[in-house]
Amino acid sequence: MAAKAIFKKPQSLSDKEFTYCPGCHHGIVHRLVAEVIDELGIQGKTLMVAPVGCSVFAYTFFDVDGTVAAHGRAPAVATGMKRAMPDKVVFTYQGDGDLAAIGTAEIIHAANRGEKITTIFINNAIYGMTGGQMAPTTLLGMKTTTSPYGREVDREGYPIHVSEVLKELSGVAYLERVAVSSPAEVRKAKQAIKKAFMTQIKGLGFSLVEVLSTCPTNWGLSPIEAINWLNENMKKEYPLGVFVDKVGELK
Amino acid sequence: MAEKVMVKGNEAMGEAAVRAGCRLYFGYPITPQSELTEYMSRRLPEVEGTFLQSESEVAAVNMIYGAASTGTRVMTSTSSPGFSLMQEGISYIAGAELPSVFINVVRGGPGLGDIQPAQSDYFQGTKGGGHGDYHLIVLAPSSVQEAVDLVQLAFDLADKYRNPVLVLADGMLGQMMEPVEFPEFRDLNTLPDHSSWAMQGCEGREPHKITSFDIDPINLEKMNLGYQKKYREIEANEVRYETEMIEDAEYLLVGYGTMARILGTVVKMARNEGIKVGLFRPITLWPFPYKELESAAEGKKALLTVEMSMGQMVEDVRLAINGKMHVDFYGRTGGVVPTPEEVLRELKKIVERSE
Repeated sequence: MAAKAIFKKPQSLSDKEFTYCPGCHHGIVHRLVAEVIDELGIQGKTLMVAPVGCSVFAYTFFDVDGTVAAHGRAPAVATGMKRAMPDKVVFTYQGDGDLAAIGTAEIIHAANRGEKITTIFINNAIYGMTGGQMAPTTLLGMKTTTSPYGREVDREGYPIHVSEVLKELSGVAYLERVAVSSPAEVRKAKQAIKKAFMTQIKGLGFSLVEVLSTCPTNWGLSPIEAINWLNENMKKEYPLGVFVDKVGELK
Repeated sequence: MAEKVMVKGNEAMGEAAVRAGCRLYFGYPITPQSELTEYMSRRLPEVEGTFLQSESEVAAVNMIYGAASTGTRVMTSTSSPGFSLMQEGISYIAGAELPSVFINVVRGGPGLGDIQPAQSDYFQGTKGGGHGDYHLIVLAPSSVQEAVDLVQLAFDLADKYRNPVLVLADGMLGQMMEPVEFPEFRDLNTLPDHSSWAMQGCEGREPHKITSFDIDPINLEKMNLGYQKKYREIEANEVRYETEMIEDAEYLLVGYGTMARILGTVVKMARNEGIKVGLFRPITLWPFPYKELESAAEGKKALLTVEMSMGQMVEDVRLAINGKMHVDFYGRTGGVVPTPEEVLRELKKIVERSE
């Protein structure tokens, strides 16, 4: 009897091996994005913009047309693409250093213009690629290689809440913060990503999904410990939930 | 034949871009080029194009990157401090080999400088400007008509070589009104087809990847050698320059853009006084006409380079002359434009010394 495939790689993921560390959530999120692209049937018209950071290679992991933006500039690059090709689906994939530090102006203005692009925002409270430096989203008290005494308000200021900032902007049409720490959360995250892409396809405005993610390597924790740390600490600082939803129920 | 119309340089360059088939503009206001940005904001919607005022020059150049990666004709314009902000993105665009057009209406610097005409961004335009081994093609108009012509050429060269092209103007050219004859509108169906490499959706083909990035040094070196091969081809094919009265000249003036225009007047004034002088004007600042200048300078008694800067192009002039003769320099900066009279005085000093 021939074996029946019951689980396979999404078509929109390439055969290239991920470069991510064990226990890192990038891989889960990549798969979810690819599944959504497959299910919406948009692989042939999707353009992706990878960031600078651990996911700099993301443009090779997805089997869609792709490029890498300069650090933080992905929303501007995506804006140029979308304005040139309004019938294509354009998404950026960005980490917290890229999006919330060096790229703050670009994300705020793309969101505020209601740019019809989708952003997948990975918040792991640390710089991964460069080796564990402080991010704008680093929690108070958290030790990193550039906040070796722990982040302190007087010295480094507060962690920035990107979704809470963006929700005030009128151009934002879909905005949700999710996690992928459990199978139930993974399913919910996929729905959020799907709604974000639907928002763009329907031409409603800017959409973003913030994903709370682990960085076991730079947090100095095992993958399981990292998930527990995320659940206990990051979710308190960054509560999950839908901030803006102009797309409504998906059929 | 189209009739001549009086147009301000900044607006003329915008109209030239529209006629070249450019339907996309991203930019940020800055004096003395804001009329170009304003012109595009009202002109592009008339031709079903798209104008977007970016939040900064940093964003603008990255919008150019995004639009150019789809193979669509796209441009921006700015002035010196704004062009500095764009350097990071231009380096990425050069590395990713994306056709795009930049106009820098140069003003006095460094820093905030002022808003008067200058030529002190020559190094920035011709020697890279951003990080890495790359070159822009740099075109320097000396009249509003030539600015119109060179904007057209800029788009064609950008497409031909998949390289960013810079039109290096200055505040004088941007602000001045002159009679101009515009070319016909480019038929959009005749624009180059970039579908073999551009990001337009991978339906029915392998995905296209566009990047200035390779983590493997051997591969990145290969990419760089590819850029260099292209640059040698551009150097071989695209050098442009003009001369005035150099055949019987004993002295040679060298200048580009607005300064060359003034030097043309100096040539006439000097000849009226019996000084045999000619003018060499580079039109492409990169590739620079090294060989052509070297032969033009042959047998001359002396050579004077004049710039609206403290001496930038003069370094290329000296490379061209390669120590064979003394190269004099005269320049004013900070937005001060040398008058024909003061250049003539400088020339006479050199003549006295050389006779």
